[in-house]
Amino acid sequence: MTASNEVLLHVEKLVKHFPIMRGIIFQKQIGAVHAVDGVSFDIHRGETLGLVGESGCGKTTTGRAILQLQKPTSGQVVFEGVNLVSLEKQELRKMRAKMQMIFQDPYASLNPRMTIGEIIGEPLRLHGLADRKGSNERVVELLELVGLNPSYANRYPHEFSGGQRQRVGVARSLSLNPSLIVCDEPISALDVSIQAQVVNLLEDLQQQFNLTYLFIAHDLSMVRHISTRVAVMYLGWIVELASREELYNHPLHPYTQALLSAVPIPDPVAEEQRKRIILEGDVPSPVNPPSGCRFRTRCSLAATICTEQIPEYREISSGHFVACHMAG
Amino acid sequence: MVELLDVQNLKTHFSLREGVVHAVNGVSFHLNEGETLGIVGESGCGKSVSVMSLLRLIKSPPGKVVDGKAMFNQQDLLQMTDEEIRHVRGSKISMIFQDPMTSFNPVLTIGRQMTEPLEEHMGMTGRDATEYATKMLTTVGIPFAGERMSDYPHQFSGGMRQRVMIAMALTCKPQILIADEPTTALDVTIQAQIVDLVKRLRDTLGMAIIWITHDLGIIAGLADRVAVMYAGYIIEEAPVKELYRNPRHPYTTGLLRSLPRVDKTAQHRLVSIDGLPPVLYEDPAYCPFASRCPLKVARCLVGNPKLLPVGPEHRAACWVDLEIGKERQ
Repeated sequence: MTASNEVLLHVEKLVKHFPIMRGIIFQKQIGAVHAVDGVSFDIHRGETLGLVGESGCGKTTTGRAILQLQKPTSGQVVFEGVNLVSLEKQELRKMRAKMQMIFQDPYASLNPRMTIGEIIGEPLRLHGLADRKGSNERVVELLELVGLNPSYANRYPHEFSGGQRQRVGVARSLSLNPSLIVCDEPISALDVSIQAQVVNLLEDLQQQFNLTYLFIAHDLSMVRHISTRVAVMYLGWIVELASREELYNHPLHPYTQALLSAVPIPDPVAEEQRKRIILEGDVPSPVNPPSGCRFRTRCSLAATICTEQIPEYREISSGHFVACHMAG
Repeated sequence: MVELLDVQNLKTHFSLREGVVHAVNGVSFHLNEGETLGIVGESGCGKSVSVMSLLRLIKSPPGKVVDGKAMFNQQDLLQMTDEEIRHVRGSKISMIFQDPMTSFNPVLTIGRQMTEPLEEHMGMTGRDATEYATKMLTTVGIPFAGERMSDYPHQFSGGMRQRVMIAMALTCKPQILIADEPTTALDVTIQAQIVDLVKRLRDTLGMAIIWITHDLGIIAGLADRVAVMYAGYIIEEAPVKELYRNPRHPYTTGLLRSLPRVDKTAQHRLVSIDGLPPVLYEDPAYCPFASRCPLKVARCLVGNPKLLPVGPEHRAACWVDLEIGKERQ
């Protein structure tokens, strides 16, 4: 991997709340889902930042708020030096060409009434970068790139398997030569033997085009494989962020430790020897998150300070960030 | 060891407009008392259909169990009358499913749904049944079980719903628990809770388990013996440690190599298995894995290998001997 130190994307105190309304005509806000609550991180050009966490922790919303698919409630998203949050629609549209998304569900994310060729060529035409002929040539090139037969361009999505559709999604995201791709659980709907195909493809393309990925996933084994650095989310916060080796070998946050210990290892001997940290209970509701540290309700180390004070998100050693009163 | 269930040559077909899909193609396996058998495979490999066939839960038409025997307590499950199989299903063999929400009746309280089988199969009175059901909910770790008896399924979280389902499955003290991907829809920390719970219950109640999954990770820490399925066939079967240490079918090897591990950083690319699993409209006269197999030889295209012993308690269906990397004689 050719990760540089150049910051491609800088996210600062990003917040996304979804209001909860009551009433039909005279609506008033009675609360908010605190989906993302002040996350800050950088992504360097050419690297893969893994973003992990359980369902409802805000990882997908973070991805969507970065691309401005959902307007952030507050915070900054600086991409190649431009703050996307303050951009006008037209300017934002131009920036969108440089940042694309691959979606989780390969069935819902392709229009069933469009051919594969139309789907992959559409971004080019929308951005006025190619006429029909030019876009057709590019479609052939892209299909070959993602390992699909160019003759498939005239077929419809239902003729393809999940893995092939996800390749189409990858081809579409590449059509405008983006520098950043947000991959939102791109492999979790696929079978094991097909997952490896798609992950290898993503890695090859990264090498070839120096792509930068934000890889959102809940599969911690796959994230370890593909990421340069990894961020762990819990209830709208990033609780820990570090380089891959550091995070997996020396996790500091009790949530990261529990999460890692819960992932099964495909090796009966290793399974027999490891100690599991079993977390009690469920994730609290993001409508009314716990005071102080959000993880304290399930944390074995929780003390009084954890109820009273929000733990500071601090750099504990070079490049290793953690939000826990007890760490370090 | 006492054999509890013995399945021989089970075959299930589905008659669809496109043709007759051969979903399960002569599957044979057994289950001993107190043992946990893992059935592993990707979507569409026939793992769920196999066990649904045993319990006669295949909708017919389009599905039909066309051949096979499934001996349980000296009786063939496939030959039983509807009344007899219903009795087995409720009390001797019970099943938990992937999505607990769709397996509950949304308009009945949890209490009502839990007490029904107790009154039906164990002849309990209403009050005894309620008391017993509350005890079961406490056993599976539902806080305030007594109060929650009057809640509806949607009032429980995913993990809690799965606990309730386990409690329901265990109320009649079954000899066999069939778990069909029960943790697939859950987060890892909740999955760990459920696996931990099932292990604990297995050890206290002494039931046998068939755990169906696509996840080779979860089965490693749970099963005693594993059967790997592909295209409706069991293509390899072995005790769990043997299977992971010494896989003898190229599909098993491929699956194991395609998995990254959370405890080690792989220094190489993931090994992927090219192509897709087939849908069979016939009994193939070739190995169904041949088109994706890196070790394919001429014989693979003209004969379908049988599941044969390759070691103690270890069977594999492959023309190539993986140990020496050459075709079998």
